[in-house]
Amino acid sequence: MSNAKPMNAHPGMNLGYGEGAHDAEVKVFGFWVFLMSDLVTFGLVFAIFGTMVEATAGGPGPREVTNLHSVAIQTALLLGSSFAFSWASLSMKYHEGRWRTLFYLSFAATSALGFLIIEFLDFRHWIEIGAVPQRSGYLSALWALVGLHGLHVAAGLLWVGAMTAQILIFGLTDDIKSRVTRLGLYWHFLDIVWVGIFSMVFLAGIA
Amino acid sequence: MDNIFGRLTWADVTLFEVFKDPSIDTAVASAAAWIAVLGAVAVVALLTFTRRWGWLWREWLTSVDHKKIGIMYMVLGFVMFARGIFEGVVMRTHQATALDGGILTPHHWAELFSTHGTVMIFFVAMPFITGFMNYLIPLQIGARDMAFPMLNQISLGLTAAGAALVMISLVLGVFETGGWTAYPPFTGAAFDPGPGPDYWVWAIVISGFGSMFSGMNFAVTIYKMRAPGMKYLHMPVFCWTALCTSILLTFALPPLTVAGLMQGLDRLAGFHFFTNDLGGNMMNYANLFWMFGHPEVYILILPAYGIYSELTSTFAAKQLYGYTSLVWATMSIAVISFCVWLHHFFTMGQSPTINAAFGIATAIIAVPTGVKVYVWMATLWRGRIRFTTPIVYMAGFFILFTIGGFSGIILANPAINYQVHNTQFIVAHFHNVLLPGMLFAIFAGIHIWFPKAFGFRLHETWGKVTAALWIAGFSMTFLPLYVVGLMGYPRRSSAYDNPEFVPYMIVTLLGAFVLLTAFAGLVGTFVVSIRNRRDLAVPLGDPWDGRTLEWATPAPPPHWNFPVIPQVRARDAFALEKVEGRPYVVPEEYRDIHLPPSTMAGVMCFLATTGLGFALTWWIWWLAALSAVSVLIWLIGHSLRDHPHVVIPAKEVHRSNQAWIEAIDLATPVDRDHETKRMNRGFAATDMAEAT
Amino acid sequence: MKPNIKTMVRSVTGEESEERSFYSLGLVLSILLTVASFATVISGLVPRDWMIPGLIVLAIVQIVVHLRIFLHIDLSRQKREDLLMLLFTVLLLGIMAFGTLWIMSNLAVRM
Repeated sequence: MSNAKPMNAHPGMNLGYGEGAHDAEVKVFGFWVFLMSDLVTFGLVFAIFGTMVEATAGGPGPREVTNLHSVAIQTALLLGSSFAFSWASLSMKYHEGRWRTLFYLSFAATSALGFLIIEFLDFRHWIEIGAVPQRSGYLSALWALVGLHGLHVAAGLLWVGAMTAQILIFGLTDDIKSRVTRLGLYWHFLDIVWVGIFSMVFLAGIA
Repeated sequence: MDNIFGRLTWADVTLFEVFKDPSIDTAVASAAAWIAVLGAVAVVALLTFTRRWGWLWREWLTSVDHKKIGIMYMVLGFVMFARGIFEGVVMRTHQATALDGGILTPHHWAELFSTHGTVMIFFVAMPFITGFMNYLIPLQIGARDMAFPMLNQISLGLTAAGAALVMISLVLGVFETGGWTAYPPFTGAAFDPGPGPDYWVWAIVISGFGSMFSGMNFAVTIYKMRAPGMKYLHMPVFCWTALCTSILLTFALPPLTVAGLMQGLDRLAGFHFFTNDLGGNMMNYANLFWMFGHPEVYILILPAYGIYSELTSTFAAKQLYGYTSLVWATMSIAVISFCVWLHHFFTMGQSPTINAAFGIATAIIAVPTGVKVYVWMATLWRGRIRFTTPIVYMAGFFILFTIGGFSGIILANPAINYQVHNTQFIVAHFHNVLLPGMLFAIFAGIHIWFPKAFGFRLHETWGKVTAALWIAGFSMTFLPLYVVGLMGYPRRSSAYDNPEFVPYMIVTLLGAFVLLTAFAGLVGTFVVSIRNRRDLAVPLGDPWDGRTLEWATPAPPPHWNFPVIPQVRARDAFALEKVEGRPYVVPEEYRDIHLPPSTMAGVMCFLATTGLGFALTWWIWWLAALSAVSVLIWLIGHSLRDHPHVVIPAKEVHRSNQAWIEAIDLATPVDRDHETKRMNRGFAATDMAEAT
Repeated sequence: MKPNIKTMVRSVTGEESEERSFYSLGLVLSILLTVASFATVISGLVPRDWMIPGLIVLAIVQIVVHLRIFLHIDLSRQKREDLLMLLFTVLLLGIMAFGTLWIMSNLAVRM
């Protein structure tokens, strides 16, 4: 409703004085709806993976593809990235200057980039041992699930890049703050999906 | 890189096939290709000749006005509908001659039923309902536009890109032959390496994203943009059905996207999701597809229910009977529709327990649908019904849709379903619910809201004759299929050997020609109405004694919809104002109105995704990369620029609204006995038994 | 009537440090739960049959922690729409994922 009270604005945003609040609330809610739809997408890929765990067709299975060291490092990097982003949100909420926010944002981005590099090394290792998606149904589902998450992280990095440029051009206006808030939701959401992947794909695979 | 056009060669151009190898079959294929090409050339020539490119670009293609986007969806739907209907007639002609043969080759026949289904569901039904929701939601909830106007335009671009790919497949290469559901491994790379299934995959995935974004946009609009005072239970029923459809679009499209992309990966990159070998499992596909496919049925039918609800209460001049039960019925359908998908593959081999569970869920979903039919009947009961064109469609709907619904309950029983599975009985059933259910609602809705959108009514006599033709044509074409289905005629088979089918198939062929006439009647209705638009004009905006907010605006409404956002106190807000005798109040104060700026985002996304889909179909990798990168760069560039709102000064709003109010003050109200006469200029003398 | 931002920043520093400790709590809990998940599989202390149920429970708890702390979902009135949306999604996803696994495992048994 158009006369929503400012307190209705999404927590984590400091833009609730007047006109901008409703607009921001609509946009954040809209993005939340998108994330829920994306959650269904991930959930279905998980379910398909679940139906194909046994379908290794004599090729490499969970034990061959799981490198717990690498998974642990990836988990730490992504969690660190998520945490750094929350610091960026706080500094956007409580401090005026843009540099402080950008500083924490760069931490989040670097950490996520590290995640992608380690993941890429994993992929390269899988190719070396012949665990390519063309080998079996299990590997197809594995590559699709882990790859879809990696693609989301890569898209998120692109978004952080665009966001940085926007902050530099426009400053931390209400509009930009609302965009950063949405990016934050996306960022934390990807970490949730990763919790599913390291538990259900890698740890459960070798359990 | 040996060929910059990937695997596309001159041999794939179907325009000249008939000259190389003359036969009825190639004549049909080449004629279709020529119609597509010449149609496109004719549109371009017409636009150039009448110097309308600038107009098209400024007023339509770059506009983010939800009303214009809605109309563009309808135009897209009509273009594709013309194709779908002609395909239907060709198919019936083939079937009438298909005793041990038929005029088409089996391959071409399979292409036809696949494109017909794909076109009708994804590029006719979906654009039609999306068009209606686009046009009506903001007007009915008292908003100026969608929550995300630019995303709305992008959705249209993506839907149009999918449609464009299906049209291109007429001219370049062949389409897939696995039906509108495209089950692998029949559509897998091992069996069908050609471009057909790729066309399907990319058209469906791209337009699927468009539908999903539309769903999110509409849902957020309805949740967050309602006029002050409009509680959920004050919303018009159409908005309720639109809300449920939007939720279904948001959550039911992901399974289709996942299934489509996995099939794409199987075909392009050699993955093994649905293949025969190396651990692939094609049953996963059926499961995923119908997890989308069943909610899809309700995505299409719920807004139609909304239209019927508005229609009955408007043309019976009564408040809708049982509003709350209707809302609950709609919500229950939305949720239960996610629990029934397995009834599309009862015969796949799972245990009777599972079949029984889904069979029971399917029978349950008929209950809320039954509630709705009773609600409409009770609304008509003792109403002062005016026998206008929409009511003719409604009458046809009542009888025919109930038959379709009953056949659905029969099919919900797994034991019976085994018997009629994959026969023409199924074809009869789903045409029986989709034509009278959804398409009749669209046509009735066009008669109701066309005057709102364009400022003049549609010709009543033409409308009624056309409606009668649709009802008769439908009954002749599809009811006989129940019989041949029970006699054992398998659907999608290109030939049959039982001579007893022939008489029925001849009746359906005649019926198909009646449907073609009905389509011509629809076109005729538009032509005659446009010619007589002065006599039919309803500029004052309320030709039918409407009840909801969209009728409280001039026809066509201004870009900003409402000069001042209305305050709502109850259901049927405009009806209440009329009964209380104070509609058309002049606002105390006008303010500047801010509107979102025009953008070419939709056109960019259309071009890029059409290019991407085409490139992935024909393995033109440079084009794929170019399309993907260019649209990304454009969108990021767009986000780095400032896009100030368009401001409509208060003075301009005042002038426009004042002109309308003054015209109403000068007009004489028209009572319901004269609403189809020339004197109806859109100012209604209200005739409501009980409005609140 | 925009409030003075400078005074605002000063007045909420207490709130900011409160939020920081809340996020830090989230980080600590996440680390503990992740370590517990890894330990479930590696340590050898958990019987095999208990491993996967344990992993599922730990993953769900960690997801709830993330939702509560990083995504700010709670039971307060202003967040109710987000929460309802989430619960509805979980319901639908539950139906779809459970249905898929039920149907496909049944088919696998009967093949």
